[in-house]
Amino acid sequence: MSIWEYANPKKFLRTTERILPPLWLVSGVLILGGLIWGFFFTPDDYRQGSTVKIIYLHVPAALMAINAWFMMLVASLIWVIRRHHVSALAAKAAAPVGVVMTLIALITGAIWGQPMWGTWWAWDPRLTSFLVLFLFYLGYIALWEAIDNPDTAADLTSILCLVGSVFAVLSRYAVNFWNQGLHQGASLSLDKQENVADVFAYPLYACMAGFILFFLVLVLYRTGTEIRLRRMKALLARERMSDA
Amino acid sequence: MPDLGKYADTVLSAYGLSALLLLGLLVMTLRRGAKVRAELAAVEQRVKSNG
Repeated sequence: MSIWEYANPKKFLRTTERILPPLWLVSGVLILGGLIWGFFFTPDDYRQGSTVKIIYLHVPAALMAINAWFMMLVASLIWVIRRHHVSALAAKAAAPVGVVMTLIALITGAIWGQPMWGTWWAWDPRLTSFLVLFLFYLGYIALWEAIDNPDTAADLTSILCLVGSVFAVLSRYAVNFWNQGLHQGASLSLDKQENVADVFAYPLYACMAGFILFFLVLVLYRTGTEIRLRRMKALLARERMSDA
Repeated sequence: MPDLGKYADTVLSAYGLSALLLLGLLVMTLRRGAKVRAELAAVEQRVKSNG
């Protein structure tokens, strides 16, 4: 069995119909479980007080904002190299999910920043690169909508995705590149000294796993919708041609 | 409900807005999926009956 079998739309739809119900369930349990655990059963931080509870939304959303773009990049490259329509449609399907994740990361970051930094926003390297990534998401979605020919749209959005990847990388590593700005370094680290305390880390892991799965199920479901939409357009075009 | 102290508004607004965005995304995804599925079934039925 090869992964390229799933480039067949029928095979993709059959497989996702089967695996989506349990994935919906597990992602819901992980997100709700992680958020309830973090919100109700973890203590306040000695410096940040109860605002530390925002970490269970902010970090998973930021993680997915960046990784959604990388998933789009991989799918776009598969389209450019192998011309599999399902991969182009998967990239298209992931963009609205990525834009919502980026928006959540930006909003929760601003809300968290206000009491901690004394400002909603600063032109800090990480914040700024995240804002640019958000604009790239909007541009990517707009480009798909602006072009009628789906293959041309897939080609051009793939190039945009490649360019935007620079900002996805910057969003992740801006703190390391420019050791300045308000935003702290990574919350999770293999270094015990730098990692958040276990009491905060475990519910955070649950939320991160939940967000990853939620992203996956949304993208699979939305890709199925895009495949059906493409088939419907093809049928309608064929109908119009036979009428003419 | 845990005691969120002076940051109650901050924490609750972050959770509220995030829930709104996530639920909005979920509802829009499911509604669009159901709509496209129904439309495709109707088109396929019509194509089939027209031969």
